[in-house]
Amino acid sequence: MSISLTARNVSHHFGNVVALDDVSIDVPAGRATALVGESGSGKTTLLRCFNRLVQPERGQVMVGDNDVRTQSPVFLRRGIGYVQQHGGLLPHWRVLRNVELVPTLQHMPDSADAARRALELVGLPAAQFGSRFPHELSGGQRQRVALARSIAARPGVILLDEPFGALDAISRAELQESFDNLRHDLSVTTLLVTHDLAEAGRLSEEVVVMRKGKIEQRGSMRDLVRAPATDYVALLIERARAGLEALRA
Amino acid sequence: MRLKIATIVGLAAATTVLGAQQQSRPIVVASKPFGESYLLAEMFSQLLESRGFRVDRKPGLGATEIAFGALRTNAIDVYPEYTGTGLVAILHDTLSDSVAADPRAVFAHVARRFAELYHVRWLPSLGFQNTYAIAVTRSTASRYHLRTLSDLARESPHLTAGFTADFIGRSDGLVGLARVYGLKPRAVRPLAPAVKYQALASGAVDVIDGYSTDGLLARYDLVTLIDDKHFFPPYEAAALVSGRLDSQVPGAIAALELLSGRLDEATMRQLNRRVEVDGEDVARVAGRELTALGLTGVAREAQAAPSAQQSNFLKYLWDRRATIAALTVQHLELVALALLAAVIVAVPLGLGLERTRRIAEPTIGALGVLQTIPSIALLAFMIPLLGVGVAPALVALWLYALYPIARGTYTGVRDADPDAVAAAEALGTTPTQRLLWVRLPLAAPVIMAGIRTAAVITVGAATLAAFIGAGGLGEPIVAGLALADTRMILSGALPAAALALAVDGVLAIVERLVAPAHRRKQFWRRRTRGSNSTAARVA
Repeated sequence: MSISLTARNVSHHFGNVVALDDVSIDVPAGRATALVGESGSGKTTLLRCFNRLVQPERGQVMVGDNDVRTQSPVFLRRGIGYVQQHGGLLPHWRVLRNVELVPTLQHMPDSADAARRALELVGLPAAQFGSRFPHELSGGQRQRVALARSIAARPGVILLDEPFGALDAISRAELQESFDNLRHDLSVTTLLVTHDLAEAGRLSEEVVVMRKGKIEQRGSMRDLVRAPATDYVALLIERARAGLEALRA
Repeated sequence: MRLKIATIVGLAAATTVLGAQQQSRPIVVASKPFGESYLLAEMFSQLLESRGFRVDRKPGLGATEIAFGALRTNAIDVYPEYTGTGLVAILHDTLSDSVAADPRAVFAHVARRFAELYHVRWLPSLGFQNTYAIAVTRSTASRYHLRTLSDLARESPHLTAGFTADFIGRSDGLVGLARVYGLKPRAVRPLAPAVKYQALASGAVDVIDGYSTDGLLARYDLVTLIDDKHFFPPYEAAALVSGRLDSQVPGAIAALELLSGRLDEATMRQLNRRVEVDGEDVARVAGRELTALGLTGVAREAQAAPSAQQSNFLKYLWDRRATIAALTVQHLELVALALLAAVIVAVPLGLGLERTRRIAEPTIGALGVLQTIPSIALLAFMIPLLGVGVAPALVALWLYALYPIARGTYTGVRDADPDAVAAAEALGTTPTQRLLWVRLPLAAPVIMAGIRTAAVITVGAATLAAFIGAGGLGEPIVAGLALADTRMILSGALPAAALALAVDGVLAIVERLVAPAHRRKQFWRRRTRGSNSTAARVA
């Protein structure tokens, strides 16, 4: 049921700023790829090409066997899970209704059941949490609800844009673990945007380091550490390592 | 077919002949918003009624441009006017000194020009002049040795003037006095006609503009300064009649002309005094004078309205409760209709602007500029297009209500939780779904706040609608101001204030009801919320 993601020679710019410069990636079905880089590197822009929140000026973007340009954005998006940094839950809807959004949009007959199952999967039983409003939850719980919302309709692909960026360290680690289990259980194709190299290594099979709209290096975390292709990648690894050393000392 | 037309023409002719006394439409009799104008208009009305005509009274139309504008566009049929005002404020003509000093020459000139330019007719003079009277207290006059306007000009740098707004702007008012006499008061305060005598008596101002037939001139023992340079033209009072009255209501002009030449200045001053100083009912004073002149039979003088002087204020309100209730309903109808129309236009406009943000600020800014137009001016603009009465008032109130509602809608929808809107888009909602499910519910309190603001503004502005004959609670306010009757003013102002509070209160409840679900709970926090959320935060 899972599907692959492909971008070929994609370029885009906003005003005078080059956001993507001839970028190509592919995420095989059921696998996870992380896009890593500082702000302005183009990682979020690339992510947003896959659900047509950005229409790139050049290049081809495929979800499965289909060029995204052949599909209506609305229907394309309903088939792709999406989690953003600040959950983006509808504040005036209760948790269950929030999670039911995409199943309802897809006219699934058992949308409430689908929502309950998704809440169960992220560790928030509907009986206890379903009738709360988002502001009655903790930050970690809100991101879990956002995650449940993104998988409730069982999409083949899920896009995550800094999904754990705003959380404290403990909630963050817990949620990373939950997500990793979840994605393997559902074998959903995953594209993750993060500025945290450690998180990228933990959650994905392939890491793509981006800088100024170009790809610096792509490969497994092991490849990157063993043979950084550029000074930037080496510096990035150096910094991540220094962070760990500081803890050890 | 031909037969049919012939029948209709025949019938029409027959009705015209028979219908002199029972004409199909009422004659619209108006006045400007000051005591003498009310009184003369009431005398016109009763005279016409005594001759079998139906009359629709539109008293207190706000100042010359509105009253004359209404007459010119046939929204009213007749109102009392003064030749000097016609000459200077309407025609903007200047005459040679010899002509300007001769009342008959001025009358002839004004009558001819009005007929040419506006197809409006001056009936022969009522018999008296009511010129501007620049007045000071007796003590000011002796202290500064004031006898003439030249004396006043000499001392004017030491004096504060309190003039009516009309007088300040008119070329036969302060503008001309400054030019001809070199009058330059230390300060000029714009005052409502009703309060200027009190302001003078209390020493708040040193000099005021009055009318030579004002009843209050005598009451306060004031000194009228002599116009030694013959600056003011003659102000002969007469009925000013629309061009179509004669053809549409035959006989009406003949009836009105019965009053020509019958009122002299002394009589008029006395009648004004009874209305403005003694607080006698305008209708009663008018009726008795017509009887005294032998123009009507013994006045009907229905249930003699209790004189304002005799009863206390609460009793006064109680006696007028039916009128006040009717005016309140009328007021509420004006407000409700204008507001409803504004919501129907401004909410979709605000939503549309959210989608076309480039033109949003200029558009809303343009609506904001409308707010800066003084209500009276906006109402005056409406008269050539819509005449007088409810229609122009509704349009003006509608225009005022647009800005707060459009601004609230645009801002509310634009600023509605950007994260939620972005997520809803990324998950495959259509723009309409985002609007209905996310933006509107989240913006509802801001939109309602805009509607509340508009409602309160409209309740207030609707009192001014009385200046163009739209009725409502402004009617007793305008009449009370003109007749210097504080109780009458309050009988309109207090209900209007109460109405504003009530409307605001009701809309506050609506605002709560439309608050988004998660916010609504905070208003009625009672049951489980506390325990629930604490648990959530701990977990």
